[in-house]
Amino acid sequence: MLRKTAFSLAFIAAAALHWTIAPASAEERFIVVQSTTSTANSGLLDAILPKFKDKTGIDVRVVAVGTGQAIKNATNGDGDVLFVHAKSAEEKFVADGWGVKRRDVMYNDFVIVGPKGDPAGIKGMDEATEALKKIAEAGAPFASRGDDSGTHKKELSLWKAADVDVAHASGDWYRETGSGMGATLNTAAGMGAYALTDRATWISFKNKSELAILAEGDDRLFNQYGVILVNPEKHAAVKADEGNAFIDWLTGPEGQQAIADYKLEGQQLFFPNADKATN
Amino acid sequence: MQDFGSAFGLAFELIVGFDTDLLAIVGLSLRVTFAALLISCLIGLPIGAALAVSSFPGRGALVVTFNTMMGLPPVVVGLLAYMMLSNAGPLGVLKLLYTPGAMVIAQTILVTPIVVALSRQMIEDLNKEYAEQFRSLVVPFPTAMAALLWDARFALATVALAGFGRAIAEVGAVMIVGGNINHVTRVMTTAIALETSKGDLALALALGIILLIIAMAVNAAVQGINAKARRNAYA
Repeated sequence: MLRKTAFSLAFIAAAALHWTIAPASAEERFIVVQSTTSTANSGLLDAILPKFKDKTGIDVRVVAVGTGQAIKNATNGDGDVLFVHAKSAEEKFVADGWGVKRRDVMYNDFVIVGPKGDPAGIKGMDEATEALKKIAEAGAPFASRGDDSGTHKKELSLWKAADVDVAHASGDWYRETGSGMGATLNTAAGMGAYALTDRATWISFKNKSELAILAEGDDRLFNQYGVILVNPEKHAAVKADEGNAFIDWLTGPEGQQAIADYKLEGQQLFFPNADKATN
Repeated sequence: MQDFGSAFGLAFELIVGFDTDLLAIVGLSLRVTFAALLISCLIGLPIGAALAVSSFPGRGALVVTFNTMMGLPPVVVGLLAYMMLSNAGPLGVLKLLYTPGAMVIAQTILVTPIVVALSRQMIEDLNKEYAEQFRSLVVPFPTAMAALLWDARFALATVALAGFGRAIAEVGAVMIVGGNINHVTRVMTTAIALETSKGDLALALALGIILLIIAMAVNAAVQGINAKARRNAYA
């Protein structure tokens, strides 16, 4: 009786495991893309990836994390393609041999959002560094990603240009959430803080609460996205053919058109610019 | 906060609407959690029973270790599992990262200590009643263990439910090793985290309500089976 039970339990467990794992195995061609929260949360990837799949039959599995973590994961070979937005970190990734070649894909821009009451008085400013200086002078709360993401890297470079030592203010008015863009905007909404965010995430973000765009339009707020094939010479598991097919499509006319066509609330979120820099 | 009100409405709409994406997410949540729970029970119950009836040097330390591991932070387990399963890690060749299999492994690591620690306690208590009889009848060790496991089955169902609760509710581990990939590794908890990060608090809360309803259904089912089995056992 007991032995029978044990056997049938073991059988059920084996069956359950098989049932759980089996669907993931080689029934279809797929690649894993390490990407950022802004491309995924804004709905862009959900909108354009089916078009690529229709054409090639390749399923694109997106892991959406901060740029820093995406690069780390890709360095470990846990992905075929890297699609992020921190140009210098991407160039370093290629220079160190982890990636094959970097190509521009699209851009949008960053904006500084903050409470409508605007305690630091930055509304309408188009010089990002001046706006940040005013926030620092006022000691108004600022919610930072603090997670080594592309947005965080951009923010730190802006503070540096504004000559403000944020490390010194950490925990005071400068608050590092150590989480994704959405979580940081939730925090900013909760504490009435300023924050730097990419425009795509901002437009698609639903918990704006008392926050609004206060400063925008500085050239320094330019936000470039790039795509890189993970180097198959470093990681034999990288699916170079499928990965290259995706990169070619994304930077080619069809992918670029699909990016330009994606709109949310009547606004275009990303602007394709692959041609300029491909060669 | 009008989000509270709209969350309940939204949860209701999602349930009656039989949204296919949602069904797939719920299905994967249950599949991963039940697979992890089954494996955890197969590993954990014998260990728990063996710990309960045996005495050897270092047993106390082992018991404390398992009790401590009940508090393993999911995100740490996820990180360890990621480092093992990564292409750069020792088990990278298995190609399990970013698949439901990886999530099952991570949840098994989380749940097994719970099964061991709680079943050890329950069986130890039961063994106090049985020990003398086992001794006088010279019952061999494996038979005694099996008899204790069988007689404690109703209490052990509660142990399994504790494990189920832990696995179905955790987000830290499955987020890291699963990657929250749409249609592949997205489960209820990672979907909730995603909607929260999109600022769609009402939808996130609605998904949370549905998760609770599912957990309640599982608990009620186990309770029902238990009650029926108990009636039959004593009839």
